[in-house]
Amino acid sequence: MIIELGHFAIILALAMSCCLAVLPTLGVYLQNPVLLRSGGSLAAGMFVFTLVSFICLTLGFVNDDFSIAYVARNSNDALPVYYKISAVWGAHEGSFLLWCLVMSSWTLAVSQFSQQLNDDMRARVLAVLGSLSIGFFLFLIFTSNPFERTLPFFPAQGADLNPLLQDFGLIVHPPLLYVGYVGLSVPFAFAIASLTSGQLDAAWARWSRPWTNIAWAFLTVGITLGSWWAYYELGWGGWWFWDAVENASFMPWLLATALVHSLAATEKRGVFRSWTVLLAISAFSFSLLGAFLVRSGVLTSVHAFAVDPERGVFILYYLVIVIGGSLLLYGLRVGEMRVSVGFGWKSRESFILANNLILTVAVVTVLLGTIYPLMYEWFMSGQKISVGPPYFNIVFVPLMLPLMALMALSSFSRWRKTAFRVLLRDQPLRLLISLGMTIFCCLLASTWNLWFLFVSLLCFWLIVNLLADARYRVGSHWLAGLLKQTPSYYGMWMAHIGIALSALGIVTTVILSEEIDVLMAPGDQQQMSGYEITFRGVTRVKGPNYSADRGAIEIRRQGELVEMLYPEKRLYVPSQNVMTEADISVNLWRDVYVALGESIGNQAWSVRVHIKPLVRWIWLGGVLIALGGFTTVLDRRYRNRKVIRARQPEPDPALHLSAG
Amino acid sequence: MMKGPGFLLPLAGFLLLVAILAVGFRLEDPHLLPSQMLDRPLPAFSLPRLSDSSKVWSDKDVYGEIRLLNVWATWCPSCVHEHPELMRISQEEDISVLGINYNDDNAKALAWLQHYGDPFDLNISDHDGQLAIDLGVYGAPETFLVDAGGIIRYRHVGVLDQQVWTDILAPIVAELNRIDREG
Repeated sequence: MIIELGHFAIILALAMSCCLAVLPTLGVYLQNPVLLRSGGSLAAGMFVFTLVSFICLTLGFVNDDFSIAYVARNSNDALPVYYKISAVWGAHEGSFLLWCLVMSSWTLAVSQFSQQLNDDMRARVLAVLGSLSIGFFLFLIFTSNPFERTLPFFPAQGADLNPLLQDFGLIVHPPLLYVGYVGLSVPFAFAIASLTSGQLDAAWARWSRPWTNIAWAFLTVGITLGSWWAYYELGWGGWWFWDAVENASFMPWLLATALVHSLAATEKRGVFRSWTVLLAISAFSFSLLGAFLVRSGVLTSVHAFAVDPERGVFILYYLVIVIGGSLLLYGLRVGEMRVSVGFGWKSRESFILANNLILTVAVVTVLLGTIYPLMYEWFMSGQKISVGPPYFNIVFVPLMLPLMALMALSSFSRWRKTAFRVLLRDQPLRLLISLGMTIFCCLLASTWNLWFLFVSLLCFWLIVNLLADARYRVGSHWLAGLLKQTPSYYGMWMAHIGIALSALGIVTTVILSEEIDVLMAPGDQQQMSGYEITFRGVTRVKGPNYSADRGAIEIRRQGELVEMLYPEKRLYVPSQNVMTEADISVNLWRDVYVALGESIGNQAWSVRVHIKPLVRWIWLGGVLIALGGFTTVLDRRYRNRKVIRARQPEPDPALHLSAG
Repeated sequence: MMKGPGFLLPLAGFLLLVAILAVGFRLEDPHLLPSQMLDRPLPAFSLPRLSDSSKVWSDKDVYGEIRLLNVWATWCPSCVHEHPELMRISQEEDISVLGINYNDDNAKALAWLQHYGDPFDLNISDHDGQLAIDLGVYGAPETFLVDAGGIIRYRHVGVLDQQVWTDILAPIVAELNRIDREG
């Protein structure tokens, strides 16, 4: 019964989304205040019904109701209860239900936290979000329904959740990523609403900014978590694979990064309006495109969901309608709204323009690398190739280095125009300090690799510049100075520091990692960058739904025990899948990463050991970037209604009189 | 400065992208693959067994029983993905599963089976891919359902999962068994 309730609730949510798309729009055209304000309650209804259906499906998992086809395919009664809950989004159907829940949560949030919008704009924005939701609900109900039963002959036992997904990282990675993906629908909705209303001004940019920053920050956390998960769970010690699905999340992130910056320029100076609105449309379009790539089976990947052509066709139509429609609207309307605002070439505007150009080129190169295999297959009649990390590393890295240099210089840039004197003041000294730090690191790591040298120099230069800028802004009374800075400034500062730390982590890990793959019998010892690694044999252990060979490996440094590591090779019993579970000794400066390979007999195993310096910094940087994004939202500018109201037309005094 | 129509360029770019995706999508659609082998007898072959290359198997040896022919290889990651379902079928379902080890190294293939478990009643080593070419195989994994008379009744491209088994293969097997009993 519960599951039918869930099914019914999702149909009601679809009905709500249809009303949300239609009624506020009617309100706008009829100027009917009741319809105009209907968006808030409709959004709440859509959210509540989606939440109910989500809870119903979750109950199906928790109660091991294997008469539900989706539960039977993705759960098992031996599964621990927290994995039963995360199994709800462990495969296509349920994860799309989560997607819908996230969509309706964003819609609700917009309806609740947009009091500073006038009724007309608010109705338009909510109607766009409602229209987007219609497509999502239809897709869920007609092509990916998780509520279908397999009556009357249902299995007594479920097939179990894919063991790769039985992991903490996978409990939190998809929800956060979806919050980011779907969150980009809000700036998209603002863009469409302002195109239809013809109100493409600084106010529009100010409304969009906090939403964009939050969505972007969530996307950052999602991608960071995904990278961290791949690192410890896939057992290869890699943290980024340029896999099609990773690219699908990376492209919207790059565009959203560009959008975060260009919105700032549009809000502060009124420049780049048509470009910013195009970015807002593109960022969300790319997150939809990502959904298509992942869920249609067009590209094969470790992440790919089960191939179903029907779903692919549906999403393709959806893409054409939503993206094609909004780009058409853009093409027709944006020309009328052009305003030219001048700025000097040494201004902050120029820096943002360069940032946007580079990020856009980066997106195009990633997109080309991602769909090139498809085009190749098309032209070469069925032959398949794959574009691997070499392509991406060759084209992507050279784009990111100038971006970091610009970031370093831009700390001292000002709007409109900046004197060379301000921009380049003390730069020789700062470069010298950064060079000193780089040389110190090179000596410490005893390497003179040019990439390492060059990228570290850039990172240190960026950090030194950010510190100098903060020092300059804070002034001599540093407590008062710190309090004086806006959350926007703190956010920018943190995110840029995060980029520098991440880049340092990446270059150090890539250049200085060591890796061995050796046969070890119990008692064997290996020397590796100052560590003694001793294999202590393998024992059998049992988990809730798996049995495992657990290796014991001693990590010592100069005779002193650092840590005992226990990597496992697990056999998940219900699904008969074999999984490698690495074990890692973690600290801020290096990871010692150990994975079990194959048993060779006589208790000897092949063992893989990586030593990865500064690998944690990659994710630490990611977390800082995201924190930066969240911090900017605290800015009073976005909350202080009085300031914003004051810019709107004063209420008609006649109204007051008649009300009185 | 861009004039009016210039703003339609993004739309043009997007439509181009959609065209590529649509074509790519059609190519990838397993349901559109030609199944010229359907309802035709298994092509003649004579190939060594994987475990013992001195023993040769031919198409005639396949006859007499409803069988699943699974084309697999150690170089194929999806085969690992598909493997649990083959294990389940070989243990729980009343059907013989034959493996065609395609373009592969014998030693590696045997080690693979040892490592992951062996769902096959028997494995044929199609080292040069001759049989696979005759069958029109696109890539591994592919699975053919062959009836007792050696006629190919169904071809599944890609990973065989429980849904494919219950929704498609099991009903065909049941139907073939019914015809067999009644005929």
